[in-house]
Amino acid sequence: MSLPKDYRYSKEHEWVKVEGDKVRIGITEFAQDELGDIVFVELPEEGDELELDEPFGSVESVKTVSELYAPISGKVVEINEELEDSPELVNESPFEKAWMVVVELSDESQLDDLMDADAYKEMTDSE
Amino acid sequence: MANQKDFPVIFELSQKDRKGYSLPSLDVPEVDLDAEFDSAYVRKESPDLPEVSELQIMRHYTALSTRNHGVDSGFYPLGSCTMKYNPKINEDVARFPGFSQVHPYQEESSVQGALGLLYDLQTSLAEITGMHEVTLQPAAGAQGEWTGLMMIRAFHEANGDFNRTKVIVPDSAHGTNPASATVAGFDAVTVKSDERGLVDLEDLKRVVGDDTAALMLTNPNTLGLFEEHILEMAKIIHDAGGRLYYDGANLNAIMGYARPGDMGFDVVHLNLHKTFTGPHGGGGPGSGPVGVSEELSKYLPKPVLTTNGDQYYFDHDRPESIGRVKPYYGNFGINVRAYTYIRSMGPDGLKQVSENAVLNANYMMRRLEEEYELPFTQHCKHEFVLSGKNQKKLGVRTLDIAKRLLDFGYHPPTIYFPLNVEEALMVEPTETESKETLDEFIDAMIQISNEAKDDPEVVQEAPHTTVISRLDETQAARKPVLRYMKEEE
Repeated sequence: MSLPKDYRYSKEHEWVKVEGDKVRIGITEFAQDELGDIVFVELPEEGDELELDEPFGSVESVKTVSELYAPISGKVVEINEELEDSPELVNESPFEKAWMVVVELSDESQLDDLMDADAYKEMTDSE
Repeated sequence: MANQKDFPVIFELSQKDRKGYSLPSLDVPEVDLDAEFDSAYVRKESPDLPEVSELQIMRHYTALSTRNHGVDSGFYPLGSCTMKYNPKINEDVARFPGFSQVHPYQEESSVQGALGLLYDLQTSLAEITGMHEVTLQPAAGAQGEWTGLMMIRAFHEANGDFNRTKVIVPDSAHGTNPASATVAGFDAVTVKSDERGLVDLEDLKRVVGDDTAALMLTNPNTLGLFEEHILEMAKIIHDAGGRLYYDGANLNAIMGYARPGDMGFDVVHLNLHKTFTGPHGGGGPGSGPVGVSEELSKYLPKPVLTTNGDQYYFDHDRPESIGRVKPYYGNFGINVRAYTYIRSMGPDGLKQVSENAVLNANYMMRRLEEEYELPFTQHCKHEFVLSGKNQKKLGVRTLDIAKRLLDFGYHPPTIYFPLNVEEALMVEPTETESKETLDEFIDAMIQISNEAKDDPEVVQEAPHTTVISRLDETQAARKPVLRYMKEEE
């Protein structure tokens, strides 16, 4: 599977795309494939604070519910409302249309702790 | 839907003016509804009920009933649910007129036999679990959990201890545990499992504190493994001022051998519809008695059924009680069945139940580990968890294996649970199955594993022999069709 080279990745299978002082967050192709057909996405509200490694929402598939863990800390400035009616976007377009939240970074150095595409690929290959 | 034709709903059998009843002619004056009620409340159109004969109704529902799978029709190794055989003597006893024809508002003096049975059941359950007192009020397990947590809350608050906001649950816990904690107003905190599938003591020490209200634990846990450090865990929680809650879902593994009360638990709930053979799987009713230590007794939901040596009676004078949690006193019919079971088995019989439940599970586990990944290799208790990891590499997922088992006439095991095992497959045979049944199921599982290697499509496209093949679970979850809509003519 092809991974966007300019994204960063977390151990919990989220991707982070830097856009100026903000980041866009979603889950990876690998994560959606593990979960199976997604039937519900629960997201935080605009204005909520994300705290590194803490749950900020959940993704429900036919077989399980999985929590979303914040790959970075910061304030939610935008959420993808389209996912409420069309959770299947997470399966169809995890890296593009199914972005979940846009967050204002509170600590830029946290980005350095995330993996690049090669490191993430290595991790998922060994799983 | 392609299968709809084979599955007419009763509305589709309807023929105008056909009737399955005959009423005597009207012998009272007819009432003009429009004169009696505001016309807004008077129905103008027919309610569109199905019009069928009595025989059509019988055939329709009898046919539907044959499409069910129950313990009486086949093996049902649903992990964590204890789908054991429900002896039919339970049904005989529950139908005795003295039990089936009484009313909950009858004078206590006129139902002493029924109350006596409930009191004896409470006493038996207290003895089996090693608890001081038991209430039969909660309607089922989840309500029992909530009742137990509310008592723990009352205990802390009575001590002026208002900062205990957290309930610790293992990462392998039943989903009801964190849910009950949340509904009872606590925050659920997760404690990790170690590489042997047991609660990680170091992590427990890390999460415990002066804000800990309770630890909720199933023992043996959801992986079917006995928490061998339970005494040390109890000490850690008690030293921090918290209390221990025992989820009785897995009592079938230790009955007669070990008692939650002796392990240090302060509150215990039982699922009489699991361990004690109440009918189960058709949606209930359940029964979720709760036992408590002496210290927590005064918080039991009131009324408390007790005796003065002469009469059984409901004690309403319990000022520190958390209050009533259910109208009347529990699900009486299920409690009669559980009492019948306990009295027919006797203490030695109940001990034998656990022994055979554990033996059956270990026998299956050792034969199946040759084909399926076994993440935790020590002896199990009454159930075990396999992983479909090896089969997944061949493109066959645990869901496919479960669907394929339907072709062999089995109810599949619990799948994708517990959450800490990849592609989990959780098997609980119970003590009531013969070795022949276990062997047949194991052979089917081995055949499926071989099919995954040689002919994966057979598994991926299963089931092949059921009335309906694979359902579209995704659509069912995303866009559920919850009721029949008559086609416009």
